[in-house]
Parts: sequence; structure tokens; C-alpha cells
Amino acid sequence: MALDSKVPEGPIKDKWTNYKNKINLVNPANKRHIDIIVVGTGLAGGSAAATLAELGYNVKAFAYQDSPRRAHSIAAQGGINAAKNYQGDGDSNYRLFYDTVKGGDYRSREANVHRLAEVSGNIIDQCVAQGVPFARDYGGLLDNRSFGGVLVSRTFYAKGQTGQQLLLGAYSAMNRQIARGKIEMFNRHEMLDVVKIGGKARGIIARNLITGEIERHSAHAVVIATGGYGNVYFLSTNAMGSNATAAWKIHKKGAYFANPCFTQIHPTCIPRSGDYQSKLTLMSESLRNDGRIWVPAKLEDAKAIQQGKLKPTDIAEADRDYYLERRYPAFGNLVPRDVASRAAKERCDAGYGVNATGEAVYLDFASAIERYGIEQAKIHNISNPSADKIYELGQKIVEAKYGNLFQMYEKIVDENPYKTPMMIYPATHYTMGGIWVDYNLMTTVEGLYCIGEANFSDHGANRLGASALMQGLADGYFVLPYTIGDYLSHDIRTGKIPTDTPEFDEVEKEVKDRIDFFINNKGTKSVDYFHKKLGKVMWDKVGMSRNAQGLTEAMAEIKAIREEFWKEVKVPGSANELNPELEKAGRVADFLELGELFAKDALNRAESCGGHFREESVELDGEQKGEAKRDDVNFAYVAAWEYKGEPADAVLHKEELEFKDIELKQRSYK
Amino acid sequence: MNLTLRIWRQKDSSAKGKMVDYKVTDISEHMSFLEMMDVLNEQLVNSGEEPVAFDHDCREGICGMCSLYINGEAHGPDRGITTCQLHMRMFKDGDTITIEPWRAAAFPVIKDLIVDRMAFERIQQAGGYISVNTSGNTQDANSLPISKHAADEAMDAATCIGCGACVASCKNSSAMLFVGAKVSQYALLPQGQVEAADRVRNMVAQMDLEGFGNCTNTGACEVECPKGISLDNIARMNREFLKANVKG
Ligand SMILES: Cc1cc2nc3c(=O)[nH]c(=O)nc-3n(C[C@H](O)[C@H](O)[C@H](O)COP(=O)(O)OP(=O)(O)OC[C@H]3O[C@@H](n4cnc5c(N)ncnc54)[C@H](O)[C@@H]3O)c2cc1C
Ligand code: SF4
Ligand code: FES
Repeated sequence: MALDSKVPEGPIKDKWTNYKNKINLVNPANKRHIDIIVVGTGLAGGSAAATLAELGYNVKAFAYQDSPRRAHSIAAQGGINAAKNYQGDGDSNYRLFYDTVKGGDYRSREANVHRLAEVSGNIIDQCVAQGVPFARDYGGLLDNRSFGGVLVSRTFYAKGQTGQQLLLGAYSAMNRQIARGKIEMFNRHEMLDVVKIGGKARGIIARNLITGEIERHSAHAVVIATGGYGNVYFLSTNAMGSNATAAWKIHKKGAYFANPCFTQIHPTCIPRSGDYQSKLTLMSESLRNDGRIWVPAKLEDAKAIQQGKLKPTDIAEADRDYYLERRYPAFGNLVPRDVASRAAKERCDAGYGVNATGEAVYLDFASAIERYGIEQAKIHNISNPSADKIYELGQKIVEAKYGNLFQMYEKIVDENPYKTPMMIYPATHYTMGGIWVDYNLMTTVEGLYCIGEANFSDHGANRLGASALMQGLADGYFVLPYTIGDYLSHDIRTGKIPTDTPEFDEVEKEVKDRIDFFINNKGTKSVDYFHKKLGKVMWDKVGMSRNAQGLTEAMAEIKAIREEFWKEVKVPGSANELNPELEKAGRVADFLELGELFAKDALNRAESCGGHFREESVELDGEQKGEAKRDDVNFAYVAAWEYKGEPADAVLHKEELEFKDIELKQRSYK
Repeated sequence: MNLTLRIWRQKDSSAKGKMVDYKVTDISEHMSFLEMMDVLNEQLVNSGEEPVAFDHDCREGICGMCSLYINGEAHGPDRGITTCQLHMRMFKDGDTITIEPWRAAAFPVIKDLIVDRMAFERIQQAGGYISVNTSGNTQDANSLPISKHAADEAMDAATCIGCGACVASCKNSSAMLFVGAKVSQYALLPQGQVEAADRVRNMVAQMDLEGFGNCTNTGACEVECPKGISLDNIARMNREFLKANVKG
């Protein structure tokens, strides 16, 4: 099947407006006769479910947690971008569009990104109207901060809990529709497969996680909003339940999987400390606004720190290497995530890491505290303030900005970050790859849509901070409600979709057989054993830097782990009850297939781009010597994989990316 | 560390539960409490037993999913945290740790340590929102200035994670802190004023219907709340409630 992105004709700035003017609408009276299934109630699914219900459709929403409010989106800390230009620093839709395409290393679809920038301002209006308590300045207007990779201040935030507040906003909109009976909410339900009738997505098979019951649900269209697959690495900043099952199952039923190897490694996470660890914790990137990143300049100092013989405060200013400020004077500590992550790894690999494992760098607030302290002393007319006074005043400001993050750090690491610099290291965080969708957000299966982190379209090879929340809400509140209407306008006479059909029988049987297998398999090893093993291969060979040999090995190793899994996995308990081990088994089985496709995609992409450093593809000379080398001639495409049985047999389809409004340039943050 | 864990095991909501003792060894003080539970579960799986079911997801103290009543305290001995943020450095080698589910009639046990918090959902559905269309036709956000003070206070109330520790630690199983937080967030913002009276009446009515007890100002909820939601929110809710009823 040829990939048709369905990007509308015309100049980029008019595409979305013209598109909206031309699509078919569904008469409100007819919407009552149309059912839509939304799987996932994070920012993307929650906003979509609320809006579709508001429009008059009957929505059935599913989530594996006990409440939409607990979706993974709740954890987002830093903020959400929007081109409002409230700060008057020159922001515009075009600039947000430009920054996003450039930040994604020119591997996203121009038309989608422009639309995202266009609707971004409206998201803030919508959320404020819903009562989201964004930070305000003293004049009562909305406050902003800046994030990595951009030179304007366009990030809106609610302390360090932006995702939480945005999700609670979408959740409250959902609650209103649940109360009106327009959304039927299925908490603690997991979608285990999609059902197609006549080539169109017409329903899902879900498991009631409390009773174990397998249920059939039909609808005229199905929307997948199930988030990212970063947990394929086992350790990541994702919530423990985040998984790829819904996306992987629809892939197996015909939805192409795009750019699976595009995974973001976030530079500011708390380093790992032991083998028992179950997850990694992100420290918001907003910390880089004020924190300076460094390692010792001298190897012997680094060694002494690793052995606990020196403290960071023992290292004189002149003996510190503020390597981001040194290498990238224009952006300094605010370079994009991929650049910051790789630079940290480079220093640590060279032996300059600052914790026992040698896998950490410092994020230091001492100079910010001093700078704010001096400013505060002036504001409060304190002449000749003592160093202690300056420190006290400055600490207050830093506390007001990042207090909860500092507290979180202290709880985990047991060190006071006001007194000693934080330690950070990169960790898997966000997946830019995902299900391939066209401009309408429809997958390669008719009537099957995919939104939010689960799709691939807007972030290219790298995601700028604060743009995932923006995309989730843009898709759910403002894009999908239009595009799905165009499709559903052909369904007004279809009537209810029955569930007692051979198609439902067949998929339900597949689902039940698999569950029976897990329960009855007489294996010897736990699900986590396999997940950890997979994660290690992924991090070592398919992580921040990769090469052809390692990737080829990874594919074979993952296949071998998968084979062992199907022989040796052990799942206690029964199928007809709440059984977390059974849930995990299904998810890890899918990760074990996805992981191999992930490696295959990385092997195919023999260029360095975004956060993906391909060791064979590096700038050899000039100002950019040693930096990642992108290859636009051969790789300016989306790799969309078609399922053919074994992941290794997946067939590659290319969507060539066209850049008509932005010139492809070497990314430079120097 | 080597520890003895006394854990509440209950097959499902209709089964009778009981405390069962387990031993875990080699627990590092850097582990989180839930990582320690993972170690136990891995041990149980390997010996062919059913692992202990407990709720969790983000493991960052923000989703509100984890619960656990540890040594008689909601979320365990530390303050201002959830169970996933509790670290084993709070315990000593040789300790016996008692682990139970939230105890409240309105939160029935589903299995082992997992309880059903749907009552909170229904309270929110009864009015925990502002009735604005999600149409995208809203006015520009800055056309409605909100004082920094009000925004900050609303934010403080809005940080409630819906975990239910307040209910679990209250001797009356009252949900006033949770409901008060929600009512306060909107009561403090101009957008929330129009339907303020209906909101508080409906949410309070639903709260009573769900079988939560009354508040007798003991303050245990505030002490155990991981997000520091203050009792002021209960007072504000009471004022809003009174106001709503005076208005009729
Ligand atoms: C710690 C952290 C901090 C972050 N900070 C920021 C930030 O500051 N700014 C920013 O822009 N982005 C940030 N991000 C990224 C951003 O939070 C996510 O990309 C985004 O929230 C994803 O939203 P979503 O709606 O697509 O998916 P999610 O919020 O992950 O929602 C997934 C939903 O799908 C459901 N689900 C999944 N599988 C199934 C299934 N099989 N059956 C039924 N239901 C299912 C889940 O129950 C859930 O409701 C952060 C991410 C993390 C991890
Ligand atoms: S008020 Fe506190 S204890 Fe109660 S649900 Fe909210 S966060 Fe949890
Ligand atoms: S697991 Fe999310 S708050 Fe503890």
C-alpha cells in the first residue's frame, strides 16, 4: 500500500483553515447515532473523549488505571508551549513551527507541525477557561519560562506540575460528560486487540482487569491514545504501567509503525543507583534555565569525587568544565535534549563522571542563587548584604521556582540540592516514533485513529521540551474532532455495530488463547526477568549511540530472549481475577517484538539525527567536527513498517518528507 | 536489611482476608518501599506463590495510585510523601513492618492491598468541573487577569492527587479534605464562580451518599496528606456550602 499523507494543497499557513472549511460535517442529530471508542485517557485521549462527547457523539473511554486522572500525563512537570507572544519577545506561529521542525532535526511532517503551532494558543485559552491554575505574574497575567532548544519564552506552566494540572483540566471536562451520560468510562480495562469489519476498525476486545472478563465493544471508529513505549528499555522515566500493547496490536492488524527507533533520551534524570531499581526519575528540564552543568576539568579530580574523597564544592571554579557553555556558547545549558544528553555521555565515557558509577554530571544552582540573591537585595534596598543574606534571598527565589523538584531530589538521593549540586544523567523518556498517521490522524487502517504520544507525526527525531503536552491536547481538543467528523459523515446510516459477528469471535479467541497460554505455561522465570534482559540489550546496543554491528547483534539477541520467554515465562494466579503478573506478561510479550523492530529501524537509519547518534555518521571536520551528521539525501523520510509476521520481516514503506517552507540546514546551537 | 513483612492478603472483595508473614532479605536502604515490595513479589513468583497485589503506577508521587497503610500510617512513617516516595532508609534491620490496605467503608478492598476508590470519581462527576465547552471558542486567556495570590492558592488546592490517604487516616473516614481541595480550587478562581453554589451542594451531597464520615476537625488528614493540602480548604468548603444554602 502506498502511503498517502493526505496533506491538503495550498500554502502552509492556509492548509488547516481551508481544510476545515471543506470537510463534511455530521448533523448534531446524527451524532447521537454514532459511537466512538477512545482507548487511553491521558491528555490526548481525555481531551478527545471530552470534546467528541461535547460534540454529541457517544464515547466509550478506556484506561487501565482506576481513574483518567492517573494517566501518565499526570507526571509531566515542566510546561506546555504555545505561540502567544505574551512576552513580546518575537514569538509567532511561524517561529514555533520553525523551532519544532528544526528541533526535530527535519524528520517531522511540516504540515502537521504548522497546524500544531496554529492551534497552540487556543489550548491555553481552553485550559484557563477550565480552571487550570497556570502561574501568573504580579499583574495577574500568565507567566512564561523558556525551555531547551528555543530563544523565546513560550512555555506556560503550573509550578512543576503542569501535566497534572492540564490532565485534571481534561479530566474535569470528561467528568462533565460522564455526568451527562455522553462518555461511558471503563476504568481498569485494558484493550487487548482491535476488531476490523470489512477492513474498517469497528471495535475492540478489552479485559476487565478486576474480574478478568473479556469484553467486546463496538463503535464506528476507534481512537488509540495510549501513550509511548519507552518502557521497552525497562528503566525509563515512564510510569510502570506504560506499555505498547494497544499500538503493537493495531500494528499487527495493519497499522504501520513509524520511526520506532526515535526515542528521546532526557538529559536531566536522577542517575541509577542499583540493580533493584524499577524506574528512573526525571528532574524537569526547566532546571536548566538556572542550573549550570559541569564536571571536573581534571581527570584526577573526577576520580577523587568518584571515590568520595572530594566534594563538588571542593573543586575551584577554574577547575570546572562547564562543557555545554564551552561547546555551545549560543545556547549554553539550554541546548536541546539530544545535544545535552550526548554531551553528558561523552564526558562520562571519557571518565569525568561524578558519582560512584561514573555515570553522572553536576547540575549546579550556586550561581543562580547568588544572582537572584543580589537582585533581591537590590529590590529590597538592602545595602552591602552579607554573603549569607544573599544566599538566603537567592535560595527563596530558587525554592519558589523549583521547590518541589528539589524536595523530590532530596527524598530520593538523600542530599540537599541547595547545598550541593544535583547529580543528573540521561534516561529514556519519550518516544517520538509511533503509529503512522496521515494528516487526519488516521492510521493505515480505515476508521482507526491514533493521537498523542502513541502516534509519530509532529516531533521528528527529537522532541523539544514542553511540546508533547501541546501535541496531546492539540490532537484531542482541536484536530481529531474535525478530522474524525469528516470520516464519520459516511456512517450516519450505518446503525449500531453488532458484536456477535465472526470477526469479534475470531479476535476474542486469539485474545483468550494467549491468556490461557500464560496461565498454563509451566515456565521457571518471572516476567520481570525477561523485561530486564530486554532492557539491557536495548540500552547497551540500541541506546544513545549505536552502530551497525551492535544493532545486528541486538536483533538476534532480542529474538533469542523472545523465544526463551515463550518457553520459560511463568505467570501465577488465574485469568479470572485481578492478576498484575498476567497483565505484565502480555505487555512484555509485545515489547519483545517491538524491541526487535526498533533495532531493525535503527539499523536501517544509517545517519545520526536527533537523539540518535549513529557512530558511523559523524562530522569529520569544520566547525561541527565530532557532532552528529544527518544525511538528508538518503534519509529525509519517515520509515513506516508493515507487519509481516516476525518483526525482522517487517516491510519498509517510505513517506518522503517535503520541506517547502523551511530550508533543511545543519542544526547548530553553537 | 532483613525484614519481616506482615501483609493483608485477601483474594477478592467477597473473600475474608488475613495477615500473612513474609521474610525479605538483603534490602538496600536506597530502595523505595515499592521496590522492596517488588523484591518480595519476585521471590513469591519464583516460589510459585501468587504475588501481593498493590496499586502503583508513576512511582514519582504524582499519580495518586499507590496507597498502603504501613505500620498504622497512611503512606508510612515519612511526612509529605506517597508510598512510592518512601525509602527503606526509614526502616531498620530486623524490623517487622505491617502493611494493610486503606481502611474505609467507602473504599472496599478489591484484592490484597488494592482498594476501590471509585467514590472519589463519582464525587468529581457530581460537579468537580467548570462547565465550559471544549470547542476552542474560548476568550483569550489573558483577557481575564487573575491575581498571583489567587492563582497560587488555587494551585495549592489543585495539587491534591486523589490518593485517599486523608480518608484512610481519618477516624471517621471523612473525605472532606479531598472534596474541600477540589471545591477550593474553583472557588478561588473567577471562572469557577458562576456555578459555585451548585458545585459545592452537589459534591457534598455525593460525598454523603458514598458513605464517607463527617469531619470532626481532628486534623489527621492534613498530617498524612502527601501534598500538604491544608485544613483551610475544609473551612473554605464549609463557607461555600453555607453561602450556597443561604442563597437557596
Ligand atoms: C516524568 C515526565 C515528565 C514530562 N514532562 C513533560 C513536560 O514538561 N512537557 C511536555 O510537553 N511533556 C512532558 N512529558 C511527556 C508527556 O507527559 C507525555 O508525552 C504525554 O503526557 C503523553 O500523553 P498521552 O495522552 O499521549 O498518553 P498518556 O498520558 O501516557 O496516556 C495513556 C493512556 O492510555 C491508557 N492505556 C494505555 N494502554 C492501554 C490499553 N492497552 N488499554 C486501555 N488503556 C490503555 C492509560 O491508561 C492512559 O490513560 C513528560 C513525561 C514524563 C514521563
Ligand atoms: S487531600 Fe491529600 S490525602 Fe486526600 S486525596 Fe488529596 S492528596 Fe490524597
Ligand atoms: S505510584 Fe504514583 S503516586 Fe505513588
